[in-house]
Amino acid sequence: MMRATMPLIAALLALTSAGAPAAGGNDTAVKKAEEIVRKSFVEVTPDEWNARLQQDQTQAACSYYRNEPPPDIAVRIVSEAQASIRYPADGKLLGNWKEGAKLAAISTGGHIGKLQPDPPGREHGGNCYACHALAPQEVAAGNLGPNLTNYIKLRGNSPGTVKSVYDKIYNAHAQYPCSLMPRFGHNGWLTPEQVADLVAFLLDAESPVNKGQ
Amino acid sequence: MTTSNARAPARRLAAFAAAAFLCGAAAVLGQDDRATQEIQKYRQMLEEGNPADLTEARGEELWKTPRGPKHATLERCDLGLGPGQLEGAYAKLPRYFADTDKVQDVESRLVTCMMALQGYSYADAIKNWYSTESDIELLVTYIAAQSKGAKIDVPATQPREAELAAAGEALFFRRSGPLDFSCATCHSHAGRRVRLQEVADFLLPEDARAAMIKWPAYRVSQGEVWTMERRLIDCIRQMRWPEPQYQSEALIALQVFLQKQASGGVMDAPGMKR
Repeated sequence: MMRATMPLIAALLALTSAGAPAAGGNDTAVKKAEEIVRKSFVEVTPDEWNARLQQDQTQAACSYYRNEPPPDIAVRIVSEAQASIRYPADGKLLGNWKEGAKLAAISTGGHIGKLQPDPPGREHGGNCYACHALAPQEVAAGNLGPNLTNYIKLRGNSPGTVKSVYDKIYNAHAQYPCSLMPRFGHNGWLTPEQVADLVAFLLDAESPVNKGQ
Repeated sequence: MTTSNARAPARRLAAFAAAAFLCGAAAVLGQDDRATQEIQKYRQMLEEGNPADLTEARGEELWKTPRGPKHATLERCDLGLGPGQLEGAYAKLPRYFADTDKVQDVESRLVTCMMALQGYSYADAIKNWYSTESDIELLVTYIAAQSKGAKIDVPATQPREAELAAAGEALFFRRSGPLDFSCATCHSHAGRRVRLQEVADFLLPEDARAAMIKWPAYRVSQGEVWTMERRLIDCIRQMRWPEPQYQSEALIALQVFLQKQASGGVMDAPGMKR
C-alpha cells in the first residue's frame, strides 16, 4: 500500500515546491452561491440536508477549485481519501463478476423529492455504463470516462492491480484528487462487497468485459 | 468568462481518451460516431411533428383570454420590453426588473403578471406548475415561441444580474450529495455522452447555444413539454440532490449563467428533446 501511495504524494509535493499556480474560485460568488442554496432548498429535512447538500471538505475544495486543486490541497484530498478506504470483512477484493455485471447496469436508487422519487429501499447500482464502455455487448455506453473494455489487457490482474481498482471504485480521490467519479464506497452508495463485485467485473478473466474482440 | 482552470477536467478526459485509444478502442470511437448520427436523424424526424406546437397554440389562447379575479388578459404583461411587447422578450431573460426589485426568469415574471394583471394569488398562479396541463407551461411555450429567430441576449451586466451570473457559475461547479455530482461533472466536457445521450458542454458557447435555444421543449421520454425550470429541477434530482423550490433563486442564478453562456444563439423553441 505504501509503495503505491508514496510516489503520488511525492509527485504532488514536488508540484507544490515548483510553485504551480493555485487558481481558485471566486470567493464572493461562492459565498453568494451558498446563501442561495440555503434559501432555495426550503423543504429539505435536516437529514437530507446533511446527506445531500452539506459539502464535506473534499467536495467543497473540488467545487472551489473546479476540480483542479492546488498541490497542497490535492495532497490533503488524496491522503484523506486513502485513509477512508474500508475492505470487505473476508478480505476478498475480487468478488463475483456476475453480481458486478448487474450493478454496473443499475441506474436507479436514491432519487428523492415530490416529482419522481424512487420507492424507498430501491437498489443502488454503479450505473457504470453511463460513463464507461465495459462489456462489448452493451452498446449504449457513455464516454465521459475511459473505455474499460478488455481491462485486463490494459492493467493485468495482479494483486496490486486488484487493490488499486478496488481503491479507485471505493474512493476515486485516493488516486486522482477531485476525480469526477463518485466515491461509491466512501459515500456508502455501494458496500465493500459490492465494490469487490465490480472489481471482479473488470478484472476476472471470465468476465464479459475481458472478452472483447 | 470562465477561468482557464474550469477546463481542467476536459484535459484530464483527453488524457483518459488517449489511454483508451492505446488499449485498442479505435473501433469503439467509430461506433460512437454512428450512434450519434442515428440519434440526430431520429431527432430531426421527430421535430417535423412537434407536439409542443399544440402547447404553443393553447398558450396563445390562454394569454388572450380574460381570466382570474380581475377578469383580465395577459396582453399587457411586461416581460422586459414593455407592456405587451412579446417579440424577442424570452431571449433576453432572465433580467433585472425594477418594479419587483428582482432578477426574474420567464416563469417568475409570468407569475408577477398573473398576480398583478389577473389578481391571482401566488399559490393559484403556480398551481400544478410541474404538470403538462399547467397554465405556466402553456403560457411559457407561447412566450418562448414569440422569440423564434431572436438572439439570446443575456449579458448580465446590470449589477444584480452580474452577481447572479457569478453565483450561478459557482453553483454549476458545486459538488455535493451521495454521488459527489455538480452540473459540471457531466456538462463541462466537449463531445461526451452519458449512455447514448450527448451532453452539452456549457462552458462552450456553441454547445450552450444549441441547448438553450430549444427550451421549452417537448420531451419524447416524458411525453410532456417541459420549461427550463422543470428541466433544471430534474437534472438536480438526477444528481440525487433534494428538489429546489420552484422559482427559487438557485434556478434563476443557474439560468442567468446558462443564458449568458448561450448568448448569440438564435432561439428555436419550442424544441424537441429526448
